[in-house]
Amino acid sequence: MEVLSFKHEVSKSAAGTTKQAITGVVASGNLEVLVERTASEKWCVVEIRTTVRGFNPVWEAVVDDFVGRFATGGLLFSINDGGARPDTVSLRLAQALRLMEKTEK
Amino acid sequence: MQWHKNRDARDERIQAGRKLSAGKIVDAQDTTRLLEAVIRKGDRVCLEGDNQKQADLLSSALLAVDTAVISDLHMVQSGVVLPEHLDLFERGVATKLDYAYSGPQSARIATMLFGGKIQLGAVHTYLELFARYFIDLTPNVALIAAVSADRDGNLYTGPNTEDTPTVVEATTFKDGIVVAQVNEIVDKVPRVDIPGDRVHFVVKADKPFFVEPLFTRDPAAITETQILTAMLAIKGIYAPYGVKRLNHGIGFSTAAIELLLPTYGEALGLKGKIASHFALNPHPALIPAIESGWVEQIHSFGSEVGMDDYIRARPDVYFTGPDGSLRSNRAFSQVAGLYACDMFIGSTLQIDLSGNSSTVTTNRIAGFGGAPNMGSDARGRRHPSDPWLKAGREADPDGLPALRRGRKLVVQIGETFGEKNVPLFVEKLDALALAEKLKLDLAPVMIYGDDVTHIVTEEGIANLLLCRSADEREQAIRGVAGYTDVGRGRDKAMVSQLRERGIIVRPEDLGIDPLQANRNLLAARSIKDIVRWSGGLYAPPSKFRNW
Amino acid sequence: MNASIDPVLPATVPETDSRRASWYESPARTRVSLLLDEESFEEFLGPEQREMSPNLRAFDLPEQFDDGMIIGRGSLSRIPVFVAAQEGRFMGGAFGEVHGAKLTGLLRAARDLRSVPVIILFDTGGVRLQEANAGELAIAEIMRAVIEARVAGVTVIGLIGGRAGCYGGGGLIAGCCSALAVSEQGRISVSGPEVIETNRGVEEFDSKDRALVWRTMGGKHRRLIGGADVFVDDTIADFRDTALGLLADARPFSLQTLKNEQTRLESRVQQFGECPDAIDIWRSMGIADADTVPEMTYDQFTAVVGKIGSTDHAAR
Repeated sequence: MEVLSFKHEVSKSAAGTTKQAITGVVASGNLEVLVERTASEKWCVVEIRTTVRGFNPVWEAVVDDFVGRFATGGLLFSINDGGARPDTVSLRLAQALRLMEKTEK
Repeated sequence: MQWHKNRDARDERIQAGRKLSAGKIVDAQDTTRLLEAVIRKGDRVCLEGDNQKQADLLSSALLAVDTAVISDLHMVQSGVVLPEHLDLFERGVATKLDYAYSGPQSARIATMLFGGKIQLGAVHTYLELFARYFIDLTPNVALIAAVSADRDGNLYTGPNTEDTPTVVEATTFKDGIVVAQVNEIVDKVPRVDIPGDRVHFVVKADKPFFVEPLFTRDPAAITETQILTAMLAIKGIYAPYGVKRLNHGIGFSTAAIELLLPTYGEALGLKGKIASHFALNPHPALIPAIESGWVEQIHSFGSEVGMDDYIRARPDVYFTGPDGSLRSNRAFSQVAGLYACDMFIGSTLQIDLSGNSSTVTTNRIAGFGGAPNMGSDARGRRHPSDPWLKAGREADPDGLPALRRGRKLVVQIGETFGEKNVPLFVEKLDALALAEKLKLDLAPVMIYGDDVTHIVTEEGIANLLLCRSADEREQAIRGVAGYTDVGRGRDKAMVSQLRERGIIVRPEDLGIDPLQANRNLLAARSIKDIVRWSGGLYAPPSKFRNW
Repeated sequence: MNASIDPVLPATVPETDSRRASWYESPARTRVSLLLDEESFEEFLGPEQREMSPNLRAFDLPEQFDDGMIIGRGSLSRIPVFVAAQEGRFMGGAFGEVHGAKLTGLLRAARDLRSVPVIILFDTGGVRLQEANAGELAIAEIMRAVIEARVAGVTVIGLIGGRAGCYGGGGLIAGCCSALAVSEQGRISVSGPEVIETNRGVEEFDSKDRALVWRTMGGKHRRLIGGADVFVDDTIADFRDTALGLLADARPFSLQTLKNEQTRLESRVQQFGECPDAIDIWRSMGIADADTVPEMTYDQFTAVVGKIGSTDHAAR
């Protein structure tokens, strides 16, 4: 099992008031993303557990792009990966973020 | 001087064969002896070997000949499909091979070629091989498959007519011998696909000739990423170019396109404006679009298992004979793909930085089939159409319009990472390594980069027509290569510029939200859904059914 | 450069977040969320608690935050219910230590409360090989918990229609439920097709013959033979309506119920025991054109079901 962690200082906090959200399934070629709102609005943290070794640079690139593209401040993304392709990872991160951007009633 | 040596030789072979036949009919158990009577050492033999149907009885019978009598044959056939096709070389019945497609035998044929067991003439496309049947690869003997025959040798080849008319034409009119295996002998064939005077011997096989279902894709296997690429293709290429006449290569992304027409295509108001005239095998995945009124007509290369009844019920769409069943013709469909279609779209296994694509890997040789014909720009074309002219303008905006030829759209579509997470984009094609290994003059490239007009991945569309240098082309390709090594090696500033110029188009540039690409958009999400769309007329083969 | 996002979905296409969505295609969380009244679901031991399997790491297998079992409470047409849902795509929905314990805990809570019914969304291949002992124990504990809950007056309903089916220990648990609803895609059995083929040979059961698998274990057959009570269309809406109907139809549970069930099963073996194939069973039930049952549409099959009548609720 590879464990990766990326911490990014970001300028914009994530919208919405939802406290947590989850999307995806841990299966071959898939992953689950649990996102939780944290106290540190200036930071976005992405933690990954994956059984596929040797893809650190790809994970780093995917997370860099995600954080560069969206407002993710104050969020912790926790990933359990079943060997998903990078584009699936990007998609799940975006899905999880979208769920968080809603405003809880 | 003698001017009819070949004809005399043919007559002599026929006489030898007639010793075993009652009229034209030969008993199945005498097939090997028949072949020993009508074939000579070193003959060029065409064994059907089509993309789908296989003359399996004749293959086995040929394999069993006495190699003291028959050897060193030069096989000229479209497809190397059955194990027997390669067993012929193991036994020494055949030594030389010219062919077009070897998908099912891609691993074994590679081994045999490397091992020197086969003398390779060349790997062709279907149309090239057909062409050479008339010039320098004319068969002495053709071993063909048909559905039924009457006692005069008139043949019904039915939905899987495929290559047969072409093979028979070349063989019979150049003093060759035609031997047909049939499923049954009848008093009157439902329609005459091959007139009897072109056929010399007929054998009734114990079981129907083998046909492989090749064009059925289970909608249950279509992924969200494939749906996203399909949405991009429809909105980013089909719509702006107004593509009505086209060919789809087989694959899951094109199956997704077919299944998105009645839903996504409909929502975009595109019915009647795109995808109305096809050179296409009877893809079950197109049924929902046909039922929804999208399709005017389809000409097919061959048939597809399970589609016969549906085709019979839709003669306004498909080509059918007076008997009601499909009439296919590979040669004409290939020509249609070259000259009467404005777009080819299909998938591949590897694309390099110039846009060259290949399905070859170092241990497998699948051949070319028809893709290079479909996926190339026919420079002999003269009649204009809007998509063709528009593509021509994009490629050469400063040229004199009256001298500016159009371009056929050749689109490569796929996910940046394929099966087993193998990257689609590579710096160097495996085909180059294979060419070295086999000492081939040319690397087996399926589609050349200078024919490719667009590449579509989940990251977006690269329009190569608008690129003005090799550098731009390379960055345009890197710009849609996602997180592959090739994609991560991009010049970010240049890719950004290319996007400004519309050479790279991202989903959001087209108003497509990747999160909307989900399976609910498919008009049919399972084989059973397709059966329902067809009103129960489509009968999927058992491996696709749970009923 | 940025065009506005399309309203991409035509009216005829069910949206992902609408109850017309396919049960089969939906992940477990979507099934739960759409089965229940909107926003009524409150999860127990949710993913953020990170109660994961302690055993998978040793096999270098990935874990899921909820261990593939979602439990909680919500309402169904304002009726309070407990819900448990298996994610069939995580380890085949199979039972492991934590996965099983969550369901056991939910059922015991229901037993103690006495007033809240339980709906179990089965989607399981049985027990995880990697957690075999814990998994088998869990199955036994769950079966006991189901019965204890039912003795306490709690209705326990099973909904089956996912990719993994309801196999192995899941099939055993399902057999203990008050009522079962199954769709065409759903399958209910104990031994799976491959296991039967391995043990009895391919002539006895060809596991690759999908038509045979569905004839023998699939939703339509289960409904006809009485192994399930209601046949459902593959939509979340139909599962929801059916669940409501089954809750409304709840019966008391006692030793007599089990005795009736034993009698029912014995007579089933007697009646159909010699039939070599499901089609023979259907024929002997008097179903016309029995061999066309597998290809029947939902409406056609429902009409056939209407003629044979409902299952006996005094049994089960």
